[in-house]
Amino acid sequence: MEQFLNTFFSWSDFKASFPSVLEGFTTNLSLMFVAEACVLVWGLVLALLRASRSRALAPVRWLTIGYIDLFRAIPGLVLIYMIGFGIPIAGVPWIGDWSQYQLAALALTILYGSYVAEVYRAGIESIHWSQTAASRSLGLSQGKTMRFVVLPQAVRRVIPPLLNDFIGLQKDTALIGIIGVLDGFRRAQIYAGTHFNLTSFTGLALCYIVITIPMSQFTDRLLKRDQQRMAARR
Amino acid sequence: MAEADGHFLELRGVQKRFGDNLVLRGIDMDVGEHQVVSLIGGSGSGKSTLLRCINALEPVDAGTITVEGKLISGPGVDVDKHRRDVGIVFQSFNLFPHMTVLQNITLAPRQVLRLPKKEADQRADGLLERVGLVAKRKDYPDSLSGGQQQRVAIVRALAMQPKLLLLDEITSALDPELVAEVLNIVRELAHEGMTMLLATHEMSFAREVSSTVCFLDEGLICEQGAPEQIFTEPTNPRTQAFLKRIIAAGRL
Repeated sequence: MEQFLNTFFSWSDFKASFPSVLEGFTTNLSLMFVAEACVLVWGLVLALLRASRSRALAPVRWLTIGYIDLFRAIPGLVLIYMIGFGIPIAGVPWIGDWSQYQLAALALTILYGSYVAEVYRAGIESIHWSQTAASRSLGLSQGKTMRFVVLPQAVRRVIPPLLNDFIGLQKDTALIGIIGVLDGFRRAQIYAGTHFNLTSFTGLALCYIVITIPMSQFTDRLLKRDQQRMAARR
Repeated sequence: MAEADGHFLELRGVQKRFGDNLVLRGIDMDVGEHQVVSLIGGSGSGKSTLLRCINALEPVDAGTITVEGKLISGPGVDVDKHRRDVGIVFQSFNLFPHMTVLQNITLAPRQVLRLPKKEADQRADGLLERVGLVAKRKDYPDSLSGGQQQRVAIVRALAMQPKLLLLDEITSALDPELVAEVLNIVRELAHEGMTMLLATHEMSFAREVSSTVCFLDEGLICEQGAPEQIFTEPTNPRTQAFLKRIIAAGRL
C-alpha cells in the first residue's frame, strides 16, 4: 500500500515535478481555447451546410455529410499524428510551414468540428417548424430566420451536449505530445521516466480536473439563469 | 393600385395537394378592400391550408393567387416582399420564446423594414397600449396567459402594417374565458376597416363581423354569401348539415 501511495502521491515528487508539468499544461490550456473557438465556428458552418434545403447546395451537403462521417470515425491520436507529421512532409501550401502547435489546433478543429456539427444540427432540427413559419410570415428571409429565430433557440438547447464535446476536446489536447510539443503530458512523462514515479501524472490529472469541473458548474448555472429569466412571471 | 374589379385578393382555381391527398380542390374567392371574410367548415376542410397558401407558406400546385393584381403564387415570386403586406396570426401563437414581448414585435420592423430601434419601439408601444399590454413589454412569452400571448401575436403582425390580415383559428387554443379579449381586438380591427380573412369556429363572431362567410368542405367552397343568409337559410345541404352539428354542439 505504501508503495502504491508513493508511486502516485509522493509529495516530494509532486513538488519536484509540478512546476514543470504546469508550465507544459499552459500549452494545453491555450490550445483548448484556440481549438474550441475554431470548433464553435467551423462546426456551425458545417451544420448550416448540412441543414440547408436549397437544391443548389445539394453537392455541398453531400460533401459535408461525407466529411462528418469520415472524421468522426478516425481516432484523434491517428489524426493528430497524420496531420502533425504529414502536412510538413507533404509541403502542403499555406499550412506546410505551420508549427506543431498550429497543426494540432487544426487537427482538433477538423475532428471536433464534425462532432459539434451534428450537435448543432440536432439543435436546429429540434426547433419546431412553426417558429420558422412565424418568422417567414413576417417577411424575414431564410437567413435572417436562421440567425434571429432558429439559432438562438437551438444553441441554448445544445449547450449541455456541446459542453460534453468540449470536455472531450480538452482531454484530447494531451495527444499533442506525440507530435513533439512539450506539453503537460510530455513533461510528466519525462519526469516519470527519469524518477520512476508517476506523481507527475497525478499533478497533470489534477490540472485537467481543475479546468473541467468548474466549467460544467458554470454553464449549468448560466443555463438555469437563462431558463428562469424566460419563464419569469411578473 | 386596385384591380379593375376592385378585388384586393383574388384566388382562381387554387389547388394544393399533400402527397395523394388533394386538400384544396380548386378554390375561387375574392376579398375586397376593407372586407372581412370568414372561412367556416369542419376540421380538415382546408381552411388553414388556404390561409397558409395565401401567405405563401405553402406553394400551390395549380391556380393563381393575386394580391392587388400582382401574382404571388408560383416560381420567381419575391415571397418575402409579399409577406410584408400580408400578416398571419396562428392558432398556437408561435411567439419567439427567447425574445421579450417588445423584441418579438420589433424584430420584423427592424430587420425587414429597417426601422430604427426607437421608431420600432414606439410603434410597438403604441400597439401594445391599444391591446392593454404595455406593462408586459419586457416580459417573455412563457410568462403570459394564452390570451395575452395571442394579443401579442396580433400586435406582432400589425407592427408590419399589413394590408391584409389572415387569422388562422386564433381562439381555438384558448381557454373559453380568454376568447373574448382576443376577439375584441379583431372586432375593433374590423370596424377600422382592416381587410381580414379568418378561419374560425366562433360562429356567432363570424356572423357578427363578416361581410362574407364561406363554407369550406373537402377542399371546395360549397357556399358563400352574407352571414345572415349562410347562418339562417343555407341552401347547400352540406352547409345545412354542418350548421346543424354546430348548433347541436351549442356553438351557435
